[in-house]
Amino acid sequence: MIELKGINKIYDDGFQALKDIDLTFEEGKINVLIGPSGCGKTTTMKLLNRLTDYTDGDILIDDQNMKQINPFELRRQMGYVIQNIGLFPHMSIFDNVATVPKLLKWNKHKIRERVDELLNMVNLDPETYRNRYPAELSGGQQQRIGVIRALAAEPSTILMDEPFSALDPISREQLQDELTKLQQEINKTIIFVTHDMDEAIKIADQIILMKDGEIVQKGAPQEILANPANEFVTEFIGEDRLENVLPSIQDMIQSDYPSISLNTTVEQSIQLLSRYQISDIPVVDENGAFNGIVNLFDLLNNKRTDLKTFIHDTLPTITENMDSHRLMQIFHEHKSTVYPIQTKEGNLAGVVERKQLVHLLHQFYMNKSGDSEWSS
Amino acid sequence: MEFITDYVMFWQDEYQSIMTYTSEHLLISFVVIVLSILVTVPLAVYMTKMKNDKIKSLIFNIANIFQTIPTIALLAIMIPLLGIGFAPAVTALFLYALLPLLRNTYTGIKSIDPSIVEAAKGMGFTTMGRLFKIELPAALPYVMSGIRVTTVYIISWTTLAALIGAGGLGDLILAGIGYNDQYMIFTGTLLAIVIALLLDLAFGKLEKKYTNA
Repeated sequence: MIELKGINKIYDDGFQALKDIDLTFEEGKINVLIGPSGCGKTTTMKLLNRLTDYTDGDILIDDQNMKQINPFELRRQMGYVIQNIGLFPHMSIFDNVATVPKLLKWNKHKIRERVDELLNMVNLDPETYRNRYPAELSGGQQQRIGVIRALAAEPSTILMDEPFSALDPISREQLQDELTKLQQEINKTIIFVTHDMDEAIKIADQIILMKDGEIVQKGAPQEILANPANEFVTEFIGEDRLENVLPSIQDMIQSDYPSISLNTTVEQSIQLLSRYQISDIPVVDENGAFNGIVNLFDLLNNKRTDLKTFIHDTLPTITENMDSHRLMQIFHEHKSTVYPIQTKEGNLAGVVERKQLVHLLHQFYMNKSGDSEWSS
Repeated sequence: MEFITDYVMFWQDEYQSIMTYTSEHLLISFVVIVLSILVTVPLAVYMTKMKNDKIKSLIFNIANIFQTIPTIALLAIMIPLLGIGFAPAVTALFLYALLPLLRNTYTGIKSIDPSIVEAAKGMGFTTMGRLFKIELPAALPYVMSGIRVTTVYIISWTTLAALIGAGGLGDLILAGIGYNDQYMIFTGTLLAIVIALLLDLAFGKLEKKYTNA
């Protein structure tokens, strides 16, 4: 875990680049530092591998003060990807990727295996690419090498300084997708600097928005989009994006919606459903785990059967922190009166009702068209 | 036809001394080139790390001044200082070689994409490790072209070393002028050209082998 405590950075000419920064980077997550140029995002990142030194404050890496770690050792334990890729032109792809393992004096066999594994990870055939030189690769391929070079020695933390901003839009999209996919496998603490809000929203688990050397707001992308802290944040995010934000699932969830347990009888269930005047109800087992939905009309048709035979679970699993847009998609593809929402552990967290969603969408588009009338 | 047979005869008669002149020539050039590489490359590397621009431009200016002195004059200046023979000739030519080598190595290292240096730093190279594994190899094409150019110059300038008694192919040419012997002048010139071309070719091969981008 990396913690910044009361970090100040003042340059010799008196310019204060960072003002009393307190920040914890979420472990195993993609932390995106974003802000206009000169906001201190790159400086903050470069503090972590000591390419820049801070004036005062403390940086703790796994509770150890960073200044106690030899800077060369520290850098070898952190992956580093930079905007201009910076592959070594005189070295083959193999030697480029193997750079840090070689510095750490891994044995040759292990290095070879690791390089092949990494090349496969980004879909570059080792046989074809191992012996090529950087100049023979396209920009997108070069930055793929840049990324796996940073991963080579299995660092727990990877610093990425606007890694995709020099690429063409198509390669950029591809690499963003690959990075999020890769992250699901590798679960590294990634500290990613960008000035591109679309990129931040797409890949971030945590966004840290900075301005003039201070943190303006931090949180999950949906959180920031839903509740911009102040005018600057609103402006930085851009009106367009804010208009397109749906409330998060957490905001839509009805946690007091009734549910029944597995050993409820069919008779009891019918009574319950009629009492609440609802047609569908989620079923949970004794531990609260979600089992499926039963429908009132199914029950009415076959009174004598066991409740368990009526449970159906045809909806895709919806979890609390899923993107609302995905929920909308499910909403369009699968017709149901209720959409049960599960926690990460598979317990029932509540439901979102169809009529409520319709209402919400109606409001959402009313707002949007209202706004566009204003602007035109 | 007669010309060719005569010339072959000349080679048969003078073979021994032609070889002596050639080896003298090679020795002077070789010592000058090795010496100047040994001095300028580390100096240029040091200069790229140097913060003080004034000292940097001073060094360049000094190297520049040597370059502007006419070769014959510089050799002549050596006589009161170091006498005649091998040592003053090597010294004068060494001073000549400084500038092209220094310039090329310096610009070579300076021209390395800063992102390469940053990547190397960020990956945990030590300063020395970075210099030898990344910066020098990346600057090699520039350094090599500096060495190639300088080598060709030095081979040609070494012919003048004969003026202060250092020998070499220049002796052959001077003697040719003295005796009005076309064969001697021609042979001296031809060999100087051939040596320069061969060395340039060899360095080119070497450069290709060690630089890949």
